[in-house]
Amino acid sequence: MKKTMTFAAALLAASVLGGMANAKTLVYCSEASPANFDPGTTTGGNDFDASSRTVYSRLVEFKHGGTEIEPGLADKWEISDDGLVYTFHLHPGVKFQTTDYFKPTRDLNADDVVFSFDRQFNKQNPWNGAKYLPNLTWDYYTGMDMPKYVAKWEKVDDLTVKLTLTEPNAPMLANLGMDFASIVSKEYADQLEKSGKMADFSTKPIGTGPFQFVDYQLDSVIRYAANPDYFKGKEKIDDLVFAITPDATARIQKVLAGECDIAPYPNPADIATIKANKDVTLLDQAGLNIGYMSYNTTIPPLDKPEVRHALNQAIDREALIKSLFQDAGATPAQNLIPPTMWSWNKDVKTDTYNPEAAKKVLADAGLKEIQLWAADRVRPYNPNFQRAAELIQADWAKVSVKAEIVSYEWTKYREEGKKKERPGAFQIGWTGDNGDPDNFFATLFACSAIGVSNYSSWCDKDFEDLIQKAKKTSDQGERTKLYEQAQVIFAKQAPAFLLAHSQVYAVVRNNVSGFKMDPLGIHRFDGVDKAE
Amino acid sequence: MLRYLLSKIALLIPTLVGITICAFAFVRLLPGDPILAMAGEHGVTPARYEELKQQFGYNLPIWEQYARYVGEVATGDFGVSISSKRPVLEEFKTLFPATLELSFFAMIFAMVLGIPAGIFAAVKRGSWFDQSLMGTALVGYSMPIFWWGLLLIIFFSGYLGWTPVSGRIGLQFFLKPITGFMTIDSILYGKWDALRSALSHLILPAIVLGTIPLAVIARQTRSAMLEVLGEDYVRTARAKGLSVARVIGVHALRNALIPVVTTIGLQVGTLLAGAILTETIFAWPGIGKWMVDSIFKRDYVVVQSGLLLIALIVMAVNLIVDMLYAVINPRIRAA
Repeated sequence: MKKTMTFAAALLAASVLGGMANAKTLVYCSEASPANFDPGTTTGGNDFDASSRTVYSRLVEFKHGGTEIEPGLADKWEISDDGLVYTFHLHPGVKFQTTDYFKPTRDLNADDVVFSFDRQFNKQNPWNGAKYLPNLTWDYYTGMDMPKYVAKWEKVDDLTVKLTLTEPNAPMLANLGMDFASIVSKEYADQLEKSGKMADFSTKPIGTGPFQFVDYQLDSVIRYAANPDYFKGKEKIDDLVFAITPDATARIQKVLAGECDIAPYPNPADIATIKANKDVTLLDQAGLNIGYMSYNTTIPPLDKPEVRHALNQAIDREALIKSLFQDAGATPAQNLIPPTMWSWNKDVKTDTYNPEAAKKVLADAGLKEIQLWAADRVRPYNPNFQRAAELIQADWAKVSVKAEIVSYEWTKYREEGKKKERPGAFQIGWTGDNGDPDNFFATLFACSAIGVSNYSSWCDKDFEDLIQKAKKTSDQGERTKLYEQAQVIFAKQAPAFLLAHSQVYAVVRNNVSGFKMDPLGIHRFDGVDKAE
Repeated sequence: MLRYLLSKIALLIPTLVGITICAFAFVRLLPGDPILAMAGEHGVTPARYEELKQQFGYNLPIWEQYARYVGEVATGDFGVSISSKRPVLEEFKTLFPATLELSFFAMIFAMVLGIPAGIFAAVKRGSWFDQSLMGTALVGYSMPIFWWGLLLIIFFSGYLGWTPVSGRIGLQFFLKPITGFMTIDSILYGKWDALRSALSHLILPAIVLGTIPLAVIARQTRSAMLEVLGEDYVRTARAKGLSVARVIGVHALRNALIPVVTTIGLQVGTLLAGAILTETIFAWPGIGKWMVDSIFKRDYVVVQSGLLLIALIVMAVNLIVDMLYAVINPRIRAA
């Protein structure tokens, strides 16, 4: 009897251990704790990594590692000729995740899609306000101007949804691939509303994505398991763990020690150590961002393009980038949009360093003094505005232009900077939201953005016509041509000095495959595998 | 004794009012508008800005905002975090055991090393040990926590691979919190390998957090001991022919410990301040890291309520120390 028991115990132990050895766990050292797990209510990249990109799916998705749109929950869609009506056909048989806190009784349908958006703008929807969570602001939905463009969402039948716009807006499709547009379960919401536990919607998420939520220990660990019902097929890794590690050096040490498999955002100072280690690989990509310096094009002599070109020519951009970004590196900006974005015009030429030529033009224009603005923050596209200002100041001094550095606290800086009467050159930048060129060109340089985010107060009729036309055209080939022309005009008019697109890094252990850097700054784990 | 206690408690009231004012004012003195910070680079339209200001109550006069805040706190309502939308008190309760556990082990580390080292230095006054101990204590006291923590990680975890880099427990252990103290929970679950993992995760952060208190305790023990060793009763004890161990261990140490206990109590404030940096480096999910995150997010509610809760704890500990002091030192009770 005793022998049998021992044998049974040994068998049990072996099967448990065997089971453990077979389960593939991928550990990602994330940089911060998520605010919550409802992507409609949050704005941070780390929030989205933990919710929308793991647990949820959207009607359309960004291609893994790119900014092109591909089918998601919608297999296909049609856009009416006038660009006002979008009809989405949902993938049949998509299941919401089954967990210990929710068991779906039906598949995904049009009600879920309508509900996912309705809750973000309809004040009558009980999930829009304080009944769900206090102080909800739906920042991304309003920030992307959705209230302005969306007329209505309608269910046509269980697997067909219709979106009607107030005016044609080609970037809408890209907006629907963004995190805030994640599709949630109406059945789950109804159930929670009935049981009076609405806040659980943000802490115990249910979606249709590749991983399902298991547990979150506040500020410490998030656990997910592969969704066995994932409509694109179960993932190769069984368990996904986010080990929240805010300090960049500690994060990298964890990867080097094998405590985690992937970690984002290493310190520039650690890059040499990472490159020297043979167990890990450093991945890098030009970020979906741009650092630039806006000239106020309405105040003479900066209203003349030749003066702006001369100021650009007076800056030794290569030395500036090297000094600012050091080992982390950055791609010198040729256009406003980064080279990873579709419609990037490779033929556009930027001003080359030529202080002699610049000096003459500036003297003729009578430009002797200029204000040079510098913020007090570190931004992904500019790690040190002050240092940049000092270097530019020194370069301009060589062409007899005396620059006075103006500095404010970050929020006040932007408030002052966007005023139409603000003089001089204003350092700023942008990180893209949805990979659509409109998100750069129109957001930063449309006439209507003057006083909001067009820090150059630049309104050029030809440029404006092109970007507005591109916004209303749904054909991407045609849009590409329009944006390419817009970039030529931008380079000719030089409303700003274009600095660089900073590099974004991640460190990955060599036994991990399928992990790609994403230009949108998100971290995705679908398609990732790990060799034991 | 009761009068002594009541006078101590009465003193707490103005301190408490002062703290609410400080906590309220500090977050408003931080540069940066919370609404613009929330909006990020997108910015907000003036209309939306006003709407949000109203929603969060920032449009009210400052004194009214303060009165509202005090009224809420008095009824135990510490508000709801702007970013996570969870009640601040709930988050605090979840995270505080982690800080307490770390602080406890840091204090044990500081006391176990600090008190004997201080005694030994006092007994061997002027020796090379005394001199080098006091020199090391000075270095320890001035040690920048951030640098010290990273140095230990790079050496012990990175280079030698002896200790885990960061976190509270190995990721293979998935324990639903019972008490929130990882060491106690792993004992309750009967998982000894989890306990071992939790303890190994405690080593480096406890050393980093305990370094400053260690230096302070060692120095304080030494000077208290020196004072006591010169007293008449110690000389008498020696003259009676008692063993050195008995003279020091019983007669001198008991009296020397009185100021040391106060010092240890006062170190609680230092520990909580140190926890802010230690927790950030070691990804320790406690209230220190939570406060830092909230400052960066301009989460006013968490920062002001968190400050208040931490201050309340420090005050409570000081009160307990005062009481303990009265218990071990009868002269105080009589006064």
